[in-house]
Amino acid sequence: MGQLFAVEVIGRGIFQDTLAKNITRGIVLAAHNEGKLGISFGRYGDSPERNGIPAKKFAIVASDEKTLQLGMAHYQPSQVDISIVLDDTLCKGIESWAWDGVHAINEAVKRGGTQIVVSTQDPDALLKLIHRRNEPYKLGIVKGIASFSGLWVYKDDHTDVRILGAIAKAMPELFGLASIEKYIQAKLKDGAAKAQSAHKAYERFTPVEIPAGKGNAEPLPRFELPGWSEMRLGVSVAGQPQGGPFEDPVTKKVGGHRPVRNDKFMKYTTRSQRPVINFQTCTKCTLCWLNCPDGSFDVTPDGLYDADLNGCCGCGICEAVCPVKDCITMVSEAEFHDNDSQWLRFKKNKDDYITWLTTTIKGAEKERTHGFRYRGQYQEQVPAALEIAQKS
Amino acid sequence: MATLTAPVKEIRKSEEQEALITGSEAIAVACKLANVDVITAYPIRPYDTVMQYMSQLVADGELDCEFIVAEGEHSQFEIVKHASACGARTFCGSSGVGWMYAMEALTVTPALRIPLVALVGNRTLDDPGAFGVEHNDALSVRDLGWMLVWVDNAQEALDTALIAYRVAEDRRMFVPLAISCDGAFLTHSQSYVKVPSSEQVKKFLPRYDRGDLLLHPDNVISVAPQANEDWVMEMRRQNYAVTERACDVIREVYADFERIFGRKYGNPFFEEYLTEDAEVVLLGMGTLSTPVKVAFDKLRKQGKKVGFVRLRWFRPFAGPEIAKALERFKAVGVIERDLSLGSPDLSGVVATELRSAMYSHAKTRPPVLDFLCGLGGREVTVADVERITDLTFQAANGKQQPLTQWIGLRG
Repeated sequence: MGQLFAVEVIGRGIFQDTLAKNITRGIVLAAHNEGKLGISFGRYGDSPERNGIPAKKFAIVASDEKTLQLGMAHYQPSQVDISIVLDDTLCKGIESWAWDGVHAINEAVKRGGTQIVVSTQDPDALLKLIHRRNEPYKLGIVKGIASFSGLWVYKDDHTDVRILGAIAKAMPELFGLASIEKYIQAKLKDGAAKAQSAHKAYERFTPVEIPAGKGNAEPLPRFELPGWSEMRLGVSVAGQPQGGPFEDPVTKKVGGHRPVRNDKFMKYTTRSQRPVINFQTCTKCTLCWLNCPDGSFDVTPDGLYDADLNGCCGCGICEAVCPVKDCITMVSEAEFHDNDSQWLRFKKNKDDYITWLTTTIKGAEKERTHGFRYRGQYQEQVPAALEIAQKS
Repeated sequence: MATLTAPVKEIRKSEEQEALITGSEAIAVACKLANVDVITAYPIRPYDTVMQYMSQLVADGELDCEFIVAEGEHSQFEIVKHASACGARTFCGSSGVGWMYAMEALTVTPALRIPLVALVGNRTLDDPGAFGVEHNDALSVRDLGWMLVWVDNAQEALDTALIAYRVAEDRRMFVPLAISCDGAFLTHSQSYVKVPSSEQVKKFLPRYDRGDLLLHPDNVISVAPQANEDWVMEMRRQNYAVTERACDVIREVYADFERIFGRKYGNPFFEEYLTEDAEVVLLGMGTLSTPVKVAFDKLRKQGKKVGFVRLRWFRPFAGPEIAKALERFKAVGVIERDLSLGSPDLSGVVATELRSAMYSHAKTRPPVLDFLCGLGGREVTVADVERITDLTFQAANGKQQPLTQWIGLRG
């Protein structure tokens, strides 16, 4: 058997689908310049045509045809040499669109393999999100914000070639810088600038060793798939009980309504932004609760509306329908490390909550998530993104 | 022949009665006896005769049910699918390309475990537009989890419709069932039919109980979510389990039918005519039986040992039983009103299926010839049957024959 390489690229459905495809194609084409063979494909079950769904694409490269066939025998590689994450909010865990439990972002990385993340954060900050492993691996950052490169009219921001440069550094046996340059010159527009971007990324990429056991210790929600004779008949799913009132932990008042939600269907990994609620300005108009397509809002005993952050997929409809200025604000997931109830936090210490709220919203207004906050925001962010990329 | 008679208005409570009715009306009477809750209709010949009888029963206050004329066959089958999920006993039907237009709705029904009973008034698939009988319409769902049964007279149509509800609504089954009636020969022809009493039917046909699969506010479930490869195979296995037990359930129901109504069908899966000492047999489905039986009565008088096997149930296909019944003959001739273009031996659907069953289950394998005939509703004459029988005898005597032959075709 010859040499076999597997690389996965994890991005958000629709927004990063083209970018991920460009990267996996680039890997195969760059490796081909060194006489290697390869294929590039997407995980079929991901349905990456859905907003924000974590989706995977793969590049399998081999030194010869027989070895490539061996690599293709598994449709989806369960082990990869390099895993690339295009949006750092995905570091909290990912799931396929057809839900089968949350998986750690680094689950497929081989022992000693490399996890590459496009992020403005440093490895220590990301390790609060990335789940711990039993084996050591490397973690490297390509500095940048979540790129939309290749999506409709969005400008090419060189994210694809910068990642190729980082790969050449992480695994020179896959391909070297010269092969990337040859690929860029042959296949891409604006070759000289892109070759330079790849070169810079190569030089700057400095992955750090992550020892076994370091990282987020939270358990991942998983479940066992039932056998055919245990499953309900008729392609049917039992409904959840209705739910009911619950207790205010401070006043001990019982009231409101919390529906029972399916604990096997938590959609938070789809989310790259979450609603942050100012409970002091809320007029209890009910619109967020009525319009939420996922029934994610609880009615609290004091008549407020609290988003259940395990069920919320971050669509932003609540923010859009809320008639009060800055009462519901969608904030980038990068700001958060848990799915805890905002209302509980508010009840425990209102002043503390409001202080946190104002700083978070203030900071968040500069953040871009997959849902733009207003027309033209992307264009405004281009200079800042360039600066991050050039100075990193 | 094709005259509308007044529907059978009065169902006697405790006494069987006789009526001169068509196959279509017999089905309508069965639906009345079964007290169906929801009927959907969309006109296409020959199925529309059933629709006419049903609508008259409803208009006259004879049958209390929702009678919905849909805007097309697809909706027609979708509506009854949903009604059945909500616990309603339903009836529906179509013919030819109408049935094909409903195909998407037909494919989703078995997996959802909907015991829908439908009538297919068999009709040629377009093009050309033609009313006559061919069996490819109903056979198009043969691999999708539907049960398929063919009948050859109005009495059998009525009885089989009652049996159909009992089989489909058996909790071990819960899959849709289509009764095939040959266009014109059965749907539009009247004959004497014994109409059972409502008391007898009540004894035979229990209430449709959907149990925990009932779509109802008191039993909160969601039906038909999107799923990926983690789930689909297990769901398919559940429908496969239905086919594993289908023959046993059908046997059980026919035995109970005989106990309550006193009419005997013998082997539920196929009828045998003059087969006991036969040397060669023909096998076919539906109303082809009439010219075959007439021809065989004549040939028997000439001393020719011929017999006929009329297949009733195509799905489930009682492979081992059929193979066992046929293995002793010197040759088998299949006569069929359908095509399976490009199939092995370029035969029809029935012959291809039969050869497969014989290969797996028969101790000895006589030659199985296939005769494509009566397409587009063309009459299969007694002379045609005699010719087919002659060719089958030649095969029995060792003369090489093409495996598939066209009969009644202009040269």
